[in-house]
Amino acid sequence: MDKIIFQRLKIEAPLFWKLFLGLGFFILVGYLCAHYMETEGHYVTGMNNQIVWGMPHVFAVLLIVIASGVLNVASMSSVFNFKLFKPLAPLSALMAVAFLISGLVVLVLDLGRPDRLIVAMTTYNFKSIFAWNIFLYSGFAAILVVYLWFMLDRTVSNYSKPVGVFAFLWRIILTTGTGSIFGFLIARDAYGTAILAPLFIIMSLLYGTVIYFLLLKVINYFQDTLMTDEVKDNLRKITIFFLFANLYFLALYHITNLYISKHYDYEVFILTAGGIYTIIFWIGQVLIGLLLPLYLLLNKNSNNESNFMISSLLVVFGSFAAIYVIIISGQAFPLNIFNDYIIVESSFYDNVIHNYTPSLYEIGLGIGGVALSLIIILIAIRNLDFLPSVIQIRKPLVDEKSD
Amino acid sequence: MNKNNLTRRDFLIKSASLMTVVYIIPDLVSKTEAKPLDEKVSSKTKWAMNIDVDKCTKGCTACVEACIEENGLYGMDRPETDSQWIRKLTLKDIKTEKIVELPMLCQHCENPPCCDVCPTGASFRREDGIVMVNQHTCIGCRYCMMACPFKARSFVHENLTEQLTSAPRGKGCVESCNFCANRIDHGSDMTACEEACQKEGHKAITFGDLSNPKSRVNESLASKPSRRLRSDLKLKQRVTYSGI
Repeated sequence: MDKIIFQRLKIEAPLFWKLFLGLGFFILVGYLCAHYMETEGHYVTGMNNQIVWGMPHVFAVLLIVIASGVLNVASMSSVFNFKLFKPLAPLSALMAVAFLISGLVVLVLDLGRPDRLIVAMTTYNFKSIFAWNIFLYSGFAAILVVYLWFMLDRTVSNYSKPVGVFAFLWRIILTTGTGSIFGFLIARDAYGTAILAPLFIIMSLLYGTVIYFLLLKVINYFQDTLMTDEVKDNLRKITIFFLFANLYFLALYHITNLYISKHYDYEVFILTAGGIYTIIFWIGQVLIGLLLPLYLLLNKNSNNESNFMISSLLVVFGSFAAIYVIIISGQAFPLNIFNDYIIVESSFYDNVIHNYTPSLYEIGLGIGGVALSLIIILIAIRNLDFLPSVIQIRKPLVDEKSD
Repeated sequence: MNKNNLTRRDFLIKSASLMTVVYIIPDLVSKTEAKPLDEKVSSKTKWAMNIDVDKCTKGCTACVEACIEENGLYGMDRPETDSQWIRKLTLKDIKTEKIVELPMLCQHCENPPCCDVCPTGASFRREDGIVMVNQHTCIGCRYCMMACPFKARSFVHENLTEQLTSAPRGKGCVESCNFCANRIDHGSDMTACEEACQKEGHKAITFGDLSNPKSRVNESLASKPSRRLRSDLKLKQRVTYSGI
């Protein structure tokens, strides 16, 4: 059988510490932002009683969605027996843990009472998808740790497949739970539809794949032999597939909403009349996030690696736009409280499209979360054997035999 | 001299009478007026409110001011983040273009979406129908605000210093109308907004126990057709509106 050798990241100490301190700086800024928001109160943020979830939630949901998605490589190896990705599977699970932890940290630090986390961990209302998500997220982290152990410890590696299958099923349920946070909101015209759950799943598959590719590319910069053309080509192909699937579910979501009369006004708003939200939707989510990457990946030079790089960066930008549109524009559109009346005056902004200008504190917290995920990955691959020394195991073995 | 004429019997009788007046009678009186606080809330009582929009007067904000007074809802002059448990809305009928005003508050649903989504159960519905937030277990996630179809909830966005002991509030928690639960639990059957509306002579707001046929809310409901907002959601709110 093939033998996979894992090793630590070969990076010079000064460079490691520079990266560590750079990321640490953003984490510190993120913490200070969160601390300021908590001590002063949320009035210092762009959030208010109209836009109750803001930029921290965009970052947190995106990080959690990515956490599920970056496990693709491990799932393809363990669940679908795709041998090519087997050496890269532990790194995939590590990234999933890192993104999950940082997403949850951002989410918790934006709570009105983060000091009551213990209440959230001990008092449950099982009718709430949020309560279920607490189990799904913490359970996912635990499963990933066990999965990593089974993949890296050869004495128990025979069990890595069933654990991998379990992790795969868990992450599908987890992303369903994340999508359902919005899908179960019957009050708001943008939400209240089950399509949001599969849409979130397909978003996670797409975003996770490109993030994995980009991070692998960065690691490859320091340490060669990680990425073969075959790996890149397979990642590129599944990215194309996920881009098409994403477009399909997005179109399905909006066309379905156009047919459901109670969602119609919101659809007109987001597709044509929503101002900045319409622009972010068409330019950010659809054009930059889906169509341009598809064009780049399908044209004549589609095998070009820089094409894949640019496409992946565009998808990352589009992912942010997509989550922003879902979370913010869904709240910006006013509630439909009265069927037969229009609201002429209100002291509580019932009759207007709500404005949202994110504060620097919110953005600082979000970027701190991203930095946290990167620093976890950096520390882990620097100190633990996560990186396979050779990916194309078969070729050298054949050479040895022939020798 | 008179004092010297007091017999021991007179002294004991007068002392006992005085003690009765000072200590025992007030206790008896208060017990007859208020429901003991340790008595469990029961589903035999069904608190509800009906708002007659035709009686709600343009420009009158007595109910809003009474709510602020009752619950210590002082603002920071930041309308986007200040709490509003009850607010006045001006509406225009799409067909007739008739303008009406009405107060909007927590609708105290029998199937409250806020309670369904609350991860810790801090948003809860009492047996008597009052929907409220446990200020000790609310973690400030604001999911209930996302779920409420009536925008009835507010998040406390900044530090508070002058809370009332009768209406505990705190930064980082969500709050909303609780039908003046503190008043109700002390034996009253009238919310601050209803009292203010009555004082103004409008009588647009009527509150009471649906289980009591003679309650003000039942009389109001019997006198005029009423309806629930967003009845398509089937939330079975305890707040109804007449005249719209």
